[in-house]
Amino acid sequence: MSTFVFFVAAIGAITGAIGVIALKNPYYSVLALVGHMISLAALFLLLRAEFLAASQVIIYAGAVIVLYVFVVSYVGDSAPTFGQEPSRLAALGAFACGAALVVELFIAVLGSGLQAISHDGAPYHAGFGTPGAIGTLLLTRFLAPFEIASYLLLVAAIGAVTLARRRRGLDEGIEERTPALEIGDVFLPRPASTGTMAEAGGSRGMSEP
Amino acid sequence: MSATAAAWIVLAAPLAGTIINGALFRRLPGRSAGWIGTGAVAVSFIFALITLAKIQSVAPGARELTSTLWTIAGTTGVDARATILVDPLSVLMICVVAGVSTLIHLYSVSYLAGDRGYSRFFAYLNFFVFSMLLLVLAGNFLLLIVGWAFVGAASYMLISFWYRRTTATSAGIKAFVINVLGDVGLVLGTFFIFKHTGTFDLLASFHRAPHVFTSGSGDVTAGCLLLLVGAFAKSAQIPLHTWLPDAMEGPTPVSALIHAATMVTAGVYLIARMHPLFQLAPAAGDVGAVVGCLTLLIAGTIGLAATDLKRVIAYSTMSQIGYMIMGVSIGAYTAGLFHLMTHAFFKALLFMAAGSLISAMGGVQSLDRMSGFRRALPFTFACFIVGGLALSGVPPFSGYFSKDSILLFAAGRGGWHWALWAAGYVGALLTALYTFRMIFRAFLGEPCAEALELIETGHLHHPEAPTNPANGEIEDTDVGFPGPDHAVAERAIPMRAAMGILALLSIVGGIVAIPHVTSWLDRFLAPTFADSTLVGNASNGVLALGLILGAVVSIGGIAAAYYIWVARPQLAGQLRERFAPLATLFENKWYFDELIDTLVVRPGAWFGRFSQNTFERVFVNGLLVGGSTGLVRASSALVRATQSGILRVYAALMLLGAAAVALYFLLQS
Amino acid sequence: MSIGWYLAVSAIVFAIGAGGVLVRRNPVVILLCLELMLNAANLALIGFSRMWGNGDGQVFALVVIVVAACEVTVGLGLIVAIHRRRLPIDVDELRELQG
Repeated sequence: MSTFVFFVAAIGAITGAIGVIALKNPYYSVLALVGHMISLAALFLLLRAEFLAASQVIIYAGAVIVLYVFVVSYVGDSAPTFGQEPSRLAALGAFACGAALVVELFIAVLGSGLQAISHDGAPYHAGFGTPGAIGTLLLTRFLAPFEIASYLLLVAAIGAVTLARRRRGLDEGIEERTPALEIGDVFLPRPASTGTMAEAGGSRGMSEP
Repeated sequence: MSATAAAWIVLAAPLAGTIINGALFRRLPGRSAGWIGTGAVAVSFIFALITLAKIQSVAPGARELTSTLWTIAGTTGVDARATILVDPLSVLMICVVAGVSTLIHLYSVSYLAGDRGYSRFFAYLNFFVFSMLLLVLAGNFLLLIVGWAFVGAASYMLISFWYRRTTATSAGIKAFVINVLGDVGLVLGTFFIFKHTGTFDLLASFHRAPHVFTSGSGDVTAGCLLLLVGAFAKSAQIPLHTWLPDAMEGPTPVSALIHAATMVTAGVYLIARMHPLFQLAPAAGDVGAVVGCLTLLIAGTIGLAATDLKRVIAYSTMSQIGYMIMGVSIGAYTAGLFHLMTHAFFKALLFMAAGSLISAMGGVQSLDRMSGFRRALPFTFACFIVGGLALSGVPPFSGYFSKDSILLFAAGRGGWHWALWAAGYVGALLTALYTFRMIFRAFLGEPCAEALELIETGHLHHPEAPTNPANGEIEDTDVGFPGPDHAVAERAIPMRAAMGILALLSIVGGIVAIPHVTSWLDRFLAPTFADSTLVGNASNGVLALGLILGAVVSIGGIAAAYYIWVARPQLAGQLRERFAPLATLFENKWYFDELIDTLVVRPGAWFGRFSQNTFERVFVNGLLVGGSTGLVRASSALVRATQSGILRVYAALMLLGAAAVALYFLLQS
Repeated sequence: MSIGWYLAVSAIVFAIGAGGVLVRRNPVVILLCLELMLNAANLALIGFSRMWGNGDGQVFALVVIVVAACEVTVGLGLIVAIHRRRLPIDVDELRELQG
C-alpha cells in the first residue's frame, strides 16, 4: 500500500516539477508548483514527518504560493515583453546539464554505501516527527538557529517593504492628482505623504497636514 | 713616504682640484678657480718629483713597485684591483704630464680670464690631468681602460667647451666617436691577452706572456693589433686621425695640453708599456712602424698646405707622433719616449705662442691674414722661433737629439728599416719647411692691420662683432662662447712665465740623452725595458752620418722656407700652380674625411634609417608590441565575457562549479 | 520503500529545478525553480532524518522552509520594484551589473 502511495506521490512531484519549468504561462507554473508541494507533503508523511508535512502545506503551499500568485498577477501582465522562449539549443543544453546533474547525484547517492540506505530507516519510536518532538528540539538543541531564523524573518519583512515602496525618484512618473470635485478641499485625494500611505509612499514624512 | 704613497698623492691632487672647482664653481671669485687648479696640478708635480727621487733610491732591479688600494672585484679568474704601477716609465710620464700641465694651467689663468666658463674650464682640465695620470700609473688593464676612457671624455668636454658653437660641438662628437672606436680596440685587445694570461695585472701578464704565447701566434698578434687600433685612435694616426685637426676648435690651452703634450701621447705610452707583448708579435710592431711612417709623411705634406695657424701645428703634432709611434714600434723605447718628452715641451710652447698671436688678431686664426707681427709681439716671436727650431730639429735644440735617436735606432735594426730612416729625414725636411713657412708668414713682412694697431696705439684689436673663426658666424661673448678679453704674452705675466720655462726646456732638454754622450734617460728607463729583445746598435759611422744629415736637412729646410716665402714671394704661387694636383691633394687633406664619410658615415646613417623605418616600426612596434598587447586584449576580452551580467550564465557557472567540486569529492572517496 | 528511492526523487527534482533556472527568462519562474530545488533538499533532509531516527533533519528542513519564505519575500519585492520602474521583467535584459 505504502509503495503505491509512494509512486503516486513521486510521480506527482516530478510531474509538478516538469510543469513548473515547461509551462509558458507563469500562472500555470505556479499551479504546477502547488501540485508538486502537495505531493511532497505526501512523501513527508510517508517518511513519518507529520509536522513537516503539515507545515509544508500551510506555509509553503499556503502563504508562499499566495505571494507568488499576487506578484504574478501584478507583474505577469507584461507577458509580451518576454520575447522568445528558450531556444532549442538552450533547452537542449539545460536538459544536458540537468541530466548530468542527475547522473552525478545518483552516483553520489547510490554509489556510496548502498547498504546504508537500502533499509527502510531506523526503528520507529513513538513521537518521532510529532510537533512535540520538533518543538522540544527547537527549544533545546536548536535554540540559536530558531532565534536567528526569527530575526531573518524580521529582516526580510523590513527589506521587502523597503524594496517595494514608491519613492519620489527623478524618473518616477507621478501622476497628477486631479481633484474629483472642487468644493473647498473636501474631495481632494489626500497627498501621498499623509495617512496610511505614509510608510509606503513618499519620503517626506509628516510635513503636511 | 714611499714612492707609491707619493704616487697616490700625485693622483689625488688633481682629482681634489676637480671636485673643488666643480662644486664651488658659482662662488669662486675672479681667478681663484684658476689658481686652485694650477695649485692642484703643481702639488701633483711636486709629488711626482718626490716619487722620482724615491724610486731612484731603490735598487735598480727592484724599481717596479705596485700598490693596491682596494679590491674592486675578486672572483675566480678575474682579479680587479685598484692597483698602480710605479716604475721608471710611469714616473717619467707623470713628471712630464704633471710638469707640462702645471705650466699650461698657469698659462690659462690669464689666457681665459673673462670667459664665463672659467671655473668649469679648470674643473675639466684638472679632471683631464687626473685621467691621464691614472692611465699612466695604472697597474692593471682595467684601470688603464678606465683612464683611457676618462681621457677621451675629458677631451670631448674640453673640445666642445664653447658649447654654443656648433662647429665646436661637432668637432667634439667627431673626436669622441673616433676615440670610442679606439676604446673598442683596446678592450678587445685586452680580452685577447687576458684569454691566455688569465690576469689583468700588467706585471703578471708580462711575466706569463712568454710562457703562454708562442711568438707570432694568432691570439697575441690579434691582441696587439687591436691595442694598436686603440693607440692609433688616441694618437691620431692614419686612418683614425681626422678628429685631431677639428679638435682645434677647443681653446688653445686645451690644444696645448691634450692634443700636443699628453693625450695624443697615450698611444705611444701604451705601446711602450706593452712592449713584452709586442715583442711576441713582430707583425704588429711592423704594422705600427709602417703606419707611423706613413702618418709622419702625410701629415707633413698637409701641413705645407694648411692655412689655419692652429691646424698647421696640429698636423705637425700628428707628424711628430708618427715618429714616436714608429720609434716604439721598432723597439726604440727610450728614444721614442725621449722624443715624447721634448715634443711636449716645444709643442706646448708653440701652441701657447699661437694662442698669444690669435689673441692679438682678435680671434682670427687664418694665416692668410697674418703678417709682420715681429715688432708688435717680440716675446711671442721669440717663443715661436725657439719652438720652431726645436721642432725642426736644429742642433743643439732638444728636438734634434730626440728625433735623431729614433732614426739611429731604425738604422741600427737594419734591413727594411732603412726605408724608415730615409722617410724620417724626408719628414724632417717637411717639418722644417712647414714650421718656418708658418713663422715667416706670420711674423715677417709688412705688418697687417692688427699688428699696426698694436704697434701704433698699443691696443689689442677687437672685432666689432665676435665671430666664429671657422665659418664666420656672428656670436656673442656670453657663456658658451669665448669671453670678450684677449690676452697676449707680452702683457700677462703668467703666460710669459709658462712660455719662458718651456722655451728653456726646449733648448736644454736634449741633454738627458745625447746619443753616445749622455745616457741619463737610458739608465733611468733601463729597469723597465731591460727585457727588451730588440736592439738597434748603429755604428759610429751611421751615427755621424745621421747627425750631420739631420742638421743639414733642418737648416736647409729653414733656408728653403725663407727663400720661398720671404725672399721671392711669388715663388710660392708659382710652385703651387706647377704642382697643382699635388697641391689640391694636400689642401684637401688627402680626402680622408670624404673617404670616411663614404665608407662609414653614410652606410651608418642608412642603417639607422632602415632600422627605424622598417625594423622598429614594422617588427618591434607592430609585431612584438602590438602583438603582445593584442594578445593581452584578446585574452582579457575573453575573461570579460564571463562578466556579462546575464544572470543565467552566472547560475550555470555556479552549478557547474558546484557539480565539479562534488565530482571531485566523489572521486576521492 | 528504502530511503534510496526518496533520495532518487530528490535528485531528479533538484536537477529539474536547476535546469529550469538555466532555461527560463522570467524572474518569477526562476524563483519558482529555486523553490523546487529547496524542496528537493528538504526531501533529502527528511529522508536522512528518517534514516537516522532523530529529528535533526526535520528541524533543518523547517529552517529551510523559513529561509525560503524570506528569500521569496525579498525576491518578489525586487520584482515588484523592477516592474514599478517600467523595466522589462527579463533576466537577460537586466544586466547592468556587468563588468
